[in-house]
Amino acid sequence: MAIELPDNVMVSKLDQLASWCRKNSLWPMPFATACCGIELMATGASRHDLARFGAEVFRFSPRQCDLMIVAGRVVMKMLPVLQRIWQQMHEPKWCISMGACASTGGVFDTYAVVQGIDRFIPVDMYVPGCPPRPEQLIQAIIDLQDKIQNEGTILGQEFDMASRQQPKRALVELPVLGQSPTFVRPPLEVRR
Amino acid sequence: MITGRAVDALTARFPGVQSDEFRGQARVVVHPDSLHDVLAFLRDEHQFQLLIDITCVDYLHYRDATDRYGLVYLLATLEQGARVTVRTWLNDPDPVIATVTDLWSGADWLEREVWDMFGIVFVGHPDLRRILLPDQFTSHPLRKDYPLQGRGERHNFTAIRRGEA
Repeated sequence: MAIELPDNVMVSKLDQLASWCRKNSLWPMPFATACCGIELMATGASRHDLARFGAEVFRFSPRQCDLMIVAGRVVMKMLPVLQRIWQQMHEPKWCISMGACASTGGVFDTYAVVQGIDRFIPVDMYVPGCPPRPEQLIQAIIDLQDKIQNEGTILGQEFDMASRQQPKRALVELPVLGQSPTFVRPPLEVRR
Repeated sequence: MITGRAVDALTARFPGVQSDEFRGQARVVVHPDSLHDVLAFLRDEHQFQLLIDITCVDYLHYRDATDRYGLVYLLATLEQGARVTVRTWLNDPDPVIATVTDLWSGADWLEREVWDMFGIVFVGHPDLRRILLPDQFTSHPLRKDYPLQGRGERHNFTAIRRGEA
C-alpha cells in the first residue's frame, strides 16, 4: 500500500459506513395490538433499556420510523391499516414480527385473524414466544443490526434483490379446512 | 315479585306466550309477530325500562331443537333490579324481526351486531349495516354452518413485497 494515512483516518467501504449509521439509529414504529405490546413497552422502558442498542426512540408516525415492530395478532380488518402504515414508512425500512400471533396467527386460527403478517408485508426478523421476553426482542434487534451491517448497501440494493426473490411456498399456501373459493393460488415461477 | 306479576299479566294479555323459570329468573317465549308488543308492554306497564342486551343463538344441529335462531332480549327494572328474558324463534329462509329501536335507542348497535354476526334482519332499523366486520364481508360468521377458518376472507389481500412500497 502506497498511500500514507494519518493515524486518525480509517478506510472503509461507503456501504459499510452507511449500514453502520443505519443500524445504530433504528427508530421503531410500535404496531402493538396485543400482549406482545406490553413486552415491547417493557423493552423500551428503563429496566431493559433499548437505548443501549440505539433503538429507543419510538415514534407513532410512520413517516419518522424505519423499523416496524408488529407486536400482537393482526385481524383482517386491521391488515389494510398495517399495509398502509408500512407503505408510509421511508426506505430503508425493516420489519420485526414479534410473537407467535404476528408470525403465524398463533392459537387464533379463525376467519378473522391473519395467519402470519409475512404473507402480506415483508418481514426481516421473527421473534418466537407468547409473548416473547424483552431479552428476545433485544436479541432480534441485535440480529437485525448484524443483518443490516452485513447485507446493507447505501443504495438499498439488498431490498431490490429481496423483491426479486420468489416468495416461500409455505408462506403462499395455507391449508384451509372447509371451502376457500376466494383464495387464489399465485403461479409458481420456475427458479433458474 | 314484580317479575311474576309481569309474566302473569303477559300470559293473560298475549295468548300463546310460554313462560317458565330457571334458577329464579323468569323466561318467556313469544311469537316473533308479537315480540314488539310484548317488549313495549313490559317496558311501559311493568317498569322493565332497561334493555340489557340483544343476542342470538344458532341452534343448527342442536339436540332436540326445532327452530334455528333463538333471539334473546334481556330486560331489567331499574328500581328493583328484577330481570326477565324474552326469547323468540326465527327460521332460515327469512329470519326477519321488527326492530325495537323505537322503544330503546340503545338497541341500535345491539341489533347491528346481531345482523353482523347472524344475519337477522331487523325491519325498521334506521341504519342496519355491519358494525364489527369489514363492510365488504359477505358472511355471517357466528352461524354454525360457517367454517371456523372462514371462506378465504383472511387471505384475500394483496401482498406487499420489498421494493413495492
